[in-house]
Amino acid sequence: MLEIKNLHVYYGQIHALKGVSFVVRKGEIVTLIGGNGAGKTTTLKTISGLIPLKEGEILYQGESITGVKAHDLVSQGLVQVPEGRHVFPSMSVQENLDLGAYTRKDKKAVKEDLDKVFHLFPRLKERRQQLAGTLSGGEQQMLAMARALMSSPKLLLLDEPSMGLAPLLVREIFNIVTEINSTGVTILLVEQNANMALSIANRGYVIETGRVVLEGEAASLAANEAVKKAYLGG
Amino acid sequence: MTLETKQKKPDGYLMLFLALLILSVNLLLISGKMPAYYKGILGFAGINIILAVSLNLINGITGQFSLGHAGFMAVGAYVSALISIYLKWPLILALLLGAVVAALLGIIIGLPTLRLKGDYLAIATLGMGEIIRVVLLNLEITKGARGLTAIPRSTSIYLVELVAFITVIFTVNLMRSTHGRALLSIREDEIASEAMGINTTFYKVFAFATGAFFAGLAGGLFAHLMGYIAPKNFEFMRSIEILVMVVLGGLGSITGSIVATIILTILPEALRSFSQYRMVLYSGLLIIMMLFRPQGLMGTKELQVREVFRLFGFGGGKNV
Repeated sequence: MLEIKNLHVYYGQIHALKGVSFVVRKGEIVTLIGGNGAGKTTTLKTISGLIPLKEGEILYQGESITGVKAHDLVSQGLVQVPEGRHVFPSMSVQENLDLGAYTRKDKKAVKEDLDKVFHLFPRLKERRQQLAGTLSGGEQQMLAMARALMSSPKLLLLDEPSMGLAPLLVREIFNIVTEINSTGVTILLVEQNANMALSIANRGYVIETGRVVLEGEAASLAANEAVKKAYLGG
Repeated sequence: MTLETKQKKPDGYLMLFLALLILSVNLLLISGKMPAYYKGILGFAGINIILAVSLNLINGITGQFSLGHAGFMAVGAYVSALISIYLKWPLILALLLGAVVAALLGIIIGLPTLRLKGDYLAIATLGMGEIIRVVLLNLEITKGARGLTAIPRSTSIYLVELVAFITVIFTVNLMRSTHGRALLSIREDEIASEAMGINTTFYKVFAFATGAFFAGLAGGLFAHLMGYIAPKNFEFMRSIEILVMVVLGGLGSITGSIVATIILTILPEALRSFSQYRMVLYSGLLIIMMLFRPQGLMGTKELQVREVFRLFGFGGGKNV
């Protein structure tokens, strides 16, 4: 579904990504894990066209999307939930969700998706008239994900959904990610919380200073001594 | 805890109220009982409304901090005045052409500068406004600092009112449309709106060019109302004045812009009896306002007549 080949990205003189390659197959949850500054977010931003790449290729559903702008990818089903939530603070929950369906014209299907989203996130239904800026951090993360679902994604890019959330909420968010995946949405999950990410992913890639240093089944990565030592606190 | 709910749309009463207000003012005008002095103020108020509402589209609704509105006004004023003087085209054509040139300039300037955010964009647009003024000051055809004289004084107050009305209706309708929601989402969070499939560059330039178009119209009306324009009419302070109207009314509130514009046009005149303390009082009022109500008169809300009724104890919980 998504194929990244030999991605090189520079910030000015700094060589941020030094040949990152990985694949995401249809229906999978794939996670990119790694420490601060490893290049996880840069990878996501490059995929969604926010940062230009120097070298390499990005294939989505078999076609090159190198250089295609983020807003054009949304209607093709490639949707990103940016790091740090980014809800529209002085709009209501409902208005946020309406904007999620901005690129869609099929009103009936949008309505059905709204019901699905409220089924996934009952808390948002209770608060649909509340201003998004007054929601708690966890609720805002839910809203950001719900809003992305409203654009009917085929591939969802999640950037650090657990950031700044209480452990209980992190569990809840990750359960929902699994649930979203079970409805047929492929997921690329970027996380610092490697433990949690590997527990729900099918496969994972470990990124270090702009390179993929390890890859494999999530379970085998979680059992890998080096990974345990570096990222799982054991 | 009471939850804040989304803002309400302007209601039908408001339209009726405005219509009555405009009607009564016009009856006064037609009857010829309005002194020329008041007529002049009314004309400026109308032009300022066009300027404030169109700047609100850029600053308030789309959230792009522009300080160059006087520049677009100048372009509209000079282009339309030159057409009237040298080509003697009908007023409407001159006004429209002036506005179109201002809008084109808005696109040309908007494309590179709208990559900037906040303070940086403010500085860039400020520079743009000054460049326009200096160019006008040095061109042969604009007669430099002497300015253009003998522009036909063909603008009537009714035309100013009409254009102000069209500007307001256009902006309100735009705000309620899908495009309007896209503009609002850019103000709210640009990264998120891009991630939701909104072409943020397009919409920012669109807002900038539309705002410039109406500022150009206002400039054209101004030129044909005064009969004389010079670069000093379009200095940096002019942009600030318009910005103050928008901020005082509430960023994003159309009715707020209108109310603030009327107040800020009449106030300096009403304060004339305080002679030299006039501008001190005016500035003091702005400081007090910002201290106690930083969100502006109306915040992001719109004026609602039924709320005004409720304020005066008429109850009436009827929803329109």
